[in-house]
Amino acid sequence: MTSLILQVEGVTKRFGGLQALTDVTFDLPERQILGLIGPNGAGKTTLFNVINGVYTPNEGRVIFKGEDVTGSKTYDMAHRGLARTHQIVKPLNDLSVRENVMVGACFGRENHKLHKAGGIADEVLEFVGLAERADQLASSLNVAQKKRLEMARALAARPYLLLLDEVLAGLNPSEIAEMVETVQRIRDQGVTIIMIEHVMHAVMNVSDRMIVLDFGQQIAEGTPEEIQNNPKVVEAYLGDPELADKLMRQADE
Amino acid sequence: MKNWRNILGLVLPLLVVAALALWPVFSGKAVDQETAFTILKAVALASSLNIILGYTGYVSFGHIVFFGVGGYTGFYLMSQQGWSIWPAMAAGGAMSGLIAFLLGKAILRLRGAYFALATIGVNQAMLALVGNLDFIGGPIGMNLNFKVYKEYGGAQEALQMAFYIMAGIALLSVIVSYAVRTSKFGLGLLAIREDEDAAEVMGVVAPNAKTWAYVLSAIIPGIVGALFFFKNGNIEPHDAFPLHTSIEFIVMVMLGGQGTVLGPVLGAVGYQGIRGYLLTSPIFKNIQLAVAGVLLLLIVLFIPFGVVGWIRNRFPQTRRVLQ
Repeated sequence: MTSLILQVEGVTKRFGGLQALTDVTFDLPERQILGLIGPNGAGKTTLFNVINGVYTPNEGRVIFKGEDVTGSKTYDMAHRGLARTHQIVKPLNDLSVRENVMVGACFGRENHKLHKAGGIADEVLEFVGLAERADQLASSLNVAQKKRLEMARALAARPYLLLLDEVLAGLNPSEIAEMVETVQRIRDQGVTIIMIEHVMHAVMNVSDRMIVLDFGQQIAEGTPEEIQNNPKVVEAYLGDPELADKLMRQADE
Repeated sequence: MKNWRNILGLVLPLLVVAALALWPVFSGKAVDQETAFTILKAVALASSLNIILGYTGYVSFGHIVFFGVGGYTGFYLMSQQGWSIWPAMAAGGAMSGLIAFLLGKAILRLRGAYFALATIGVNQAMLALVGNLDFIGGPIGMNLNFKVYKEYGGAQEALQMAFYIMAGIALLSVIVSYAVRTSKFGLGLLAIREDEDAAEVMGVVAPNAKTWAYVLSAIIPGIVGALFFFKNGNIEPHDAFPLHTSIEFIVMVMLGGQGTVLGPVLGAVGYQGIRGYLLTSPIFKNIQLAVAGVLLLLIVLFIPFGVVGWIRNRFPQTRRVLQ
């Protein structure tokens, strides 16, 4: 029997008048890769921010490993075994690559001492392919390397659940292939993953299950094949010219 | 290999402090001892300020408040309660630490310029408060009865002793600075400085870490305050909470290199050297603070990471040595 690592129940988040998330509900069994897709502004990153404690939802609950963690602080979530990467990378610029990763190991779930954290950092940097950059300043990395650094920092915490926010965006095809392979290897180590992604073929390939958000609503859920053939998803992505026209006229009135 | 380099990061600043402490011993001139005392005091205060300013990235503009609080606490206990210097210094440090703890809970929520403004407000509020408290002398302050020095073998001996204690505190401040810089706690502070939100996402409990950094950066100034006013013989509100001195310490930290162990030490020596020249020069003696202001502007514009930071960036192989 596989247990649920994460349950999101009826999560709603509003920013002033903007409804960023409406009644989002899903369960995530351990060791799965869940792909989270949707057009820009659909609320994907907001959902991550609710899960890892950046925002408290207006309604609904987040349950992590059986405990209600709604509204927990981000560092509480880190200690509980959740790690994430950021869509807009947040390197600790004036620290070395190795020190960046050590922060993850020191303060994450396993709460290591500095010395042990150094060892873990070296391992993880090897794993993501940044070992030879270890002593460089994080600010000196290029975008692809910074994405790897985000990943390394998250992994160094040895999380149970990893949230990947567009780790493939801005990468070239060979870098994407490498990153996809890395994601699969992480899952093989027993980590559950939710990934937000726009690179459709990649996310379709690695995901066990997918959720589609549009305007903060969950419009579809299922296996990659089911999602691919879902008319609602096609419409959300390609748009419906007639509908757009109608909405414009409504807005004018 | 790596170890001796790391140790060098501690040894270099310690050597500077030791040289300062020994300089008057070899020269034998009383005036040199006064100068060295002022520089050592600057080293201790700048190194302490560096913990919150340089490591954590929070600009404590009114940091001199902790010098004043420690000074008043120690002085009151020595002059009114008959305590001797050692427990009075400990009490001064403890009181500053306590106030930093309480203040930190309130104002460390603020970021950037708002925090800096709040610390100025705190210093000015403390200045006004102390001036209105009669039991510590109100606006006139307090004097130390000359007889107090007898306990230490006379005024001359007390002065001598104060100098060596100051040297000891300066050494201690450098060791604390190094210990923080190379610890897990320090790594958390650096992470907060670089990106507080990212640090929290990685599990750094920023509110606690910031508060403890603030407390740590306040204790030594409190101890120094008690010692300084013991040597001074009297205390007044405007001597204890001088905002312009607070700015000078920021200049020292920025000049030497914020966020490094050696930087504030070099900055303190360098700035005091410049200041000594300016004060005795006929042209600059009345506008030496304006020069400090211009200096700060130039540093921020051209070498934002100070002298040590500049060397570290220019010669990356020095990074390990110049902690």
